[in-house]
Amino acid sequence: MFNKSKPHRVLPAFGLSMGYTIIYLSLIILIPVAVLFLKATTLSFSDIWQTVTNDRVIASFKLTFYTSFVAAVVNAIFGTLIAWVLVKYQFPGKKIVDALVDLPFALPTAVAGIALTTIYAPNGWIGQLFEPIGVRIAFTPIGIMIALTFIGLPFVVRTVQPVLQDFDRQFEEAASTLGANSTQIFFKIILPTLFPAILTGFALAFARALGEYGSVVFISGNMPMKTEIVPLLIVTKLEQFDYAGAAAIASVMLIFSFILLFVINFWQWRIAKKHQVA
Amino acid sequence: MNTKTIAQANTVSLQGLKKWVLIGIALAFLGLFIVIPLIAVFSEALKKGIELYFAALTEPDALSAIKLTLITAAIAVPVNTVFGVIAAYAIAKFSFRGKNILVTLIDIPFAVSPVIAGLVFVLLFGSQGLLGPFLEANDIKIVFAVPGIILATLFVTFPFVARELIPIMQEQGTDEEQAGRILGANGWQMFFRITLPNIKWGLLYGVILCNARAMGEFGAVSVVSGHIRGMTNTIPLHVEILYNEYNFTAAFAVASLLAILALFTLVLKSVVEWKSRKE
Repeated sequence: MFNKSKPHRVLPAFGLSMGYTIIYLSLIILIPVAVLFLKATTLSFSDIWQTVTNDRVIASFKLTFYTSFVAAVVNAIFGTLIAWVLVKYQFPGKKIVDALVDLPFALPTAVAGIALTTIYAPNGWIGQLFEPIGVRIAFTPIGIMIALTFIGLPFVVRTVQPVLQDFDRQFEEAASTLGANSTQIFFKIILPTLFPAILTGFALAFARALGEYGSVVFISGNMPMKTEIVPLLIVTKLEQFDYAGAAAIASVMLIFSFILLFVINFWQWRIAKKHQVA
Repeated sequence: MNTKTIAQANTVSLQGLKKWVLIGIALAFLGLFIVIPLIAVFSEALKKGIELYFAALTEPDALSAIKLTLITAAIAVPVNTVFGVIAAYAIAKFSFRGKNILVTLIDIPFAVSPVIAGLVFVLLFGSQGLLGPFLEANDIKIVFAVPGIILATLFVTFPFVARELIPIMQEQGTDEEQAGRILGANGWQMFFRITLPNIKWGLLYGVILCNARAMGEFGAVSVVSGHIRGMTNTIPLHVEILYNEYNFTAAFAVASLLAILALFTLVLKSVVEWKSRKE
């Protein structure tokens, strides 16, 4: 029968599915995350401030942001290049290469961590090449960047690839007819079109890198002040039963993550809306 | 005229050169970051012979880790799959206010560090936690036990299926469902004969990714497990223990299981993509 209060809901079970979604979301995600903030507030404000402005904590925040940023930049550049090659060119084995790009999503981080450490250790396959020139990779910030580049690799490729596929060749051809050379076409036409996608991929890779633990913990060496990332510091606090301290650091980290998440989603939502209008 | 053709030939060969240079850089980068680590896992695992490899996999602690990982995935994947389908149905098939906020909230586990995902359950259920005294009084163990591992896995794999299905269902709209309703299908008939068959490939895709993450999760599970050998160790945690004991061959042998799982995941994923494109 017609229900006058909800005229446009022809399909059944809106209340049921929405209710279930909200309840399950609250139980598994929202309430546990709220408890974290609650725990942090059991400390007084000055205690929280002291915990998160401690030299060791500041050093690890700096390291985490710095290495994540560098890794995300490397991924933005090489990810765009890989997406370009996969869309524009034909070569043998392309399907396999395309599938392998997703390996960092599928390979457990601990496995990536021990494999990268073994390769880049001073006696490893690649590490020994750098040892004679005095460059250490494993157990330094460079090692952390390598692990973070690995885990962030698919994000930029997978956000840029579809945009490049839909890209209308007409614009390239028009520019070419009007006398633009390929460098001009790339920088004036293609790059501006790709830029939102590259930025989204960059932000996703950066956000993922900030929280990464498994792949980094093996290769970083975990020296306080030098190669200790924030997630590791949280684990250390937990092992010392400093639950409130762990919660305080985690809360700061979470606030950064939430801001990034909202910016990324808002950005993608706006792009989607723009496309609908056009 | 002659110079023009030469210039054209030069541009063509320059184009060809540019193509192969770019392909070369892309392949070198992927080789360095993806292929070499993958080869390293198997080469280290088999370094001391096939016998030691199988010994590391059939040792009791390894077997119990494999069992726990399978149990965890067997619970987390179906629970989050059911959630994913229901949430995607509610979000994609109806219009309501605050939809974008709800989608963003579902994304939280993607943005949160796995360590924090584990931490929230320690703060909730640990002995110093909010519900700690109550659980202790009733002799219920959640953290440093199997339920904690399952909860942490539920948290980190939460968005996979929902995120995969929402855009697919939004694109499909509600026309087919409405037609079914008008022709007299009841809610269940509509769901099982129209909605579900329409999303089968997307659903399978989400389940594959959800399963890979459930079996491979390290950070979150590490925080809540307590690392009790033979009791609360999953495969990734067992790899860590062996590695930290400098038992590298065994660590890589067990890790190779997860690498095989990852490769299997990629193959399955490609097959699903190919099938769904064909339809």
